[in-house]
Amino acid sequence: MSGQSTYVPKWGIAKWMDSRLPLPRLVYDSFIAYPTPRNLNYMWTFGGILSLMLVVQIVTGVVLAMHYTPNATMAFNSVESIMRDVEYGWLMRYLHSNGASFFFIAVYLHMFRSLYYGSYKAPREVLWILGVILFLLMMATAFMGYVLPWGQMSFWGATVITNLFSAFPIVGETIVTFLWGGYSVDNPTLNRFFSLHFLLPFMIAGVTILHVWALHVTGQNNPTGVEVKSYAKDTVPFTPYATVKDSFAMVAFLAVYAYFVFYIPNYLGHADNYIQANPAVTPAHIVPEWYFLPFYAILRAVPDKLGGVLLMFAAIAVLAILPWLDTSKVRSMSYRPLARQCFWAFCVTSVMLGWLGSRPAEGIYVTLSQVFTALYFAYFLIALPLLGLFETPKKLPGSIAESVLGKSAGGSGAMVGAAAASEPNTKG
Amino acid sequence: MNFLRTTLAAAALALASAGVLIAPAHAAGGETKPPAYDWTFNGPFGTFDRAQLQRGYKVYREVCSACHAMSLVRFRNLSQPGGPEFSEAQIRALAAEFKIQDGPNEQGEMFERPGRPADAFPKPFPNEQAARAANNGAYPYDLSVMAKARNYERGFPLFLLDILTQYQEGGPDYIKALLTGYEDPPAGVELQPGQNWNKYKPGNIFSMPNVLNDGQVEYPKGVDGKPQVPETARQYAADVTTFLMWAAEPHMEARKRIGFQTLVFLILFAGLLYFTKKKIWGRLPDHAPSGAH
Repeated sequence: MSGQSTYVPKWGIAKWMDSRLPLPRLVYDSFIAYPTPRNLNYMWTFGGILSLMLVVQIVTGVVLAMHYTPNATMAFNSVESIMRDVEYGWLMRYLHSNGASFFFIAVYLHMFRSLYYGSYKAPREVLWILGVILFLLMMATAFMGYVLPWGQMSFWGATVITNLFSAFPIVGETIVTFLWGGYSVDNPTLNRFFSLHFLLPFMIAGVTILHVWALHVTGQNNPTGVEVKSYAKDTVPFTPYATVKDSFAMVAFLAVYAYFVFYIPNYLGHADNYIQANPAVTPAHIVPEWYFLPFYAILRAVPDKLGGVLLMFAAIAVLAILPWLDTSKVRSMSYRPLARQCFWAFCVTSVMLGWLGSRPAEGIYVTLSQVFTALYFAYFLIALPLLGLFETPKKLPGSIAESVLGKSAGGSGAMVGAAAASEPNTKG
Repeated sequence: MNFLRTTLAAAALALASAGVLIAPAHAAGGETKPPAYDWTFNGPFGTFDRAQLQRGYKVYREVCSACHAMSLVRFRNLSQPGGPEFSEAQIRALAAEFKIQDGPNEQGEMFERPGRPADAFPKPFPNEQAARAANNGAYPYDLSVMAKARNYERGFPLFLLDILTQYQEGGPDYIKALLTGYEDPPAGVELQPGQNWNKYKPGNIFSMPNVLNDGQVEYPKGVDGKPQVPETARQYAADVTTFLMWAAEPHMEARKRIGFQTLVFLILFAGLLYFTKKKIWGRLPDHAPSGAH
């Protein structure tokens, strides 16, 4: 959707710059003239929200790093000193810790959008895979960040997760020792996690640039899943249309985020992490942060340690090959009645896995984890490959413009998928 | 409709997955759930009661501090806004009542000097081993962040409602209940020396004995010569728990105040942006069959 650049430098200095390093042209083409489908709904605002959250996390994180001490004997108290003595340190720290959760809320909604509207399908496979890489980087960053306050959950979470690598035959123990920088989770582990926690966000920023680049080559998907046919009829320029809509969504998102930061800042955390790490005392239940719970449930569903680890990684790896698992040519679930039901079942499955991840791994919880783990994989490995072959999709609208204007044409869009027809383009 | 449903479902999904994390800090069976207490610091406009914080400090100093350190709290914190707000002169006098080890001096020796506002509360024991040796092997934990380091499981669907009701007081509720939750053990339960029965403690066996008794701590008197609040164990527990909550979250009042300002701003700003967006999108020749623009 990149097309021909329509940028015309107005001022002398802009002309001078344009012929040397066309940075203004890049900004103009990417954020002003860039054509966006006119029927995008609010689920398409999470990309912008995620960029905002990355900036929030980097800014608050850099400030926190100025006051934090990555030392096993001092880390806990240095975080408390940030909370007590640093001017607005409590604000920086709560913004950062809740920011991680809201980053994940946004990324899960963003992925949910992609899964529902088939945004991973050709020609957006690379865009999608870059997204999976971003998700992995986020998980690594969040995991290491949670270790830094050096509370009980930090320590024991780090112990459990790093120990997973010991399941691999032959090289397992070596990998774990290498991760720890010793023979247990200790000061060297904390030091390297701090270093990596500082590095990874900039890798996220780098991959984000590739992700946005790939997006601007293929153009955005849209709720109908029908590609743009006419820029004039099907799209609106990014500015002001997407700019103002994304701004509204960002501020609304920030309001929810602020509610948590200022009123219930510890709701998403765990009380045990206000107890300093103690290798001699194991908490009653070691529970990861909420955003890891579904994967934690998959890990514990398998009685065999190596099997659990492999299955957990497979749960993410399966996303990377999703573009080739889904055999349907129709992108949007709005036009796929059967797949759509499977999709909602998959959503319920994910929530159930999240709940099971927070339960102790015993009794009925293990059985349920196994059932929902099977359902999780069934969606990707059975439902999506087969449905594409057997399902009869609803009739797609001829174009984005038709899907938007069908409703105003007063019932002429009866054959058009209900979802698209019911979305006036003012929601675009 | 579909859009609305999608969004609602998405929100429910996020909310549900977000909420599931409220996993038990204490899940051992048998304990009673602590009752929710009407704290002054509950809710979006909750603040600390200065007089209560000052009484709570008195209880901590006269009772708890015999065994429990609060090494992250400094005397100067007691005069900061949003806390007990003793005057600076009071804090100087108060700190000077404590002997603080300092040094080494020029002769290389450690020495004791009167406390200063910048000093942390002195610890009752020099190290964990000394504390255990004096307490039947049990370690009295540092209380600096205790009010945030304890919680109890709320269960479904309460944990979701807690987002809206802003219930954040699991720690204080648990601590207050614990302090007043001592009972005789049920028939047939034989307690070892150093063990106590507490109906709120997970597993019910608690190393810490009942330390709060009616009339034990003298409270400031009103003009009529009577204490302004009852000198009861229940009152002591509420007061010292409030003090612990402040110690764990000394900037809570500023947080809630700034939070209100921030939310008012963000909601108004979001409203303005929403109408701006409607206006701008309204410019599109939506209903023109040609769609030309």
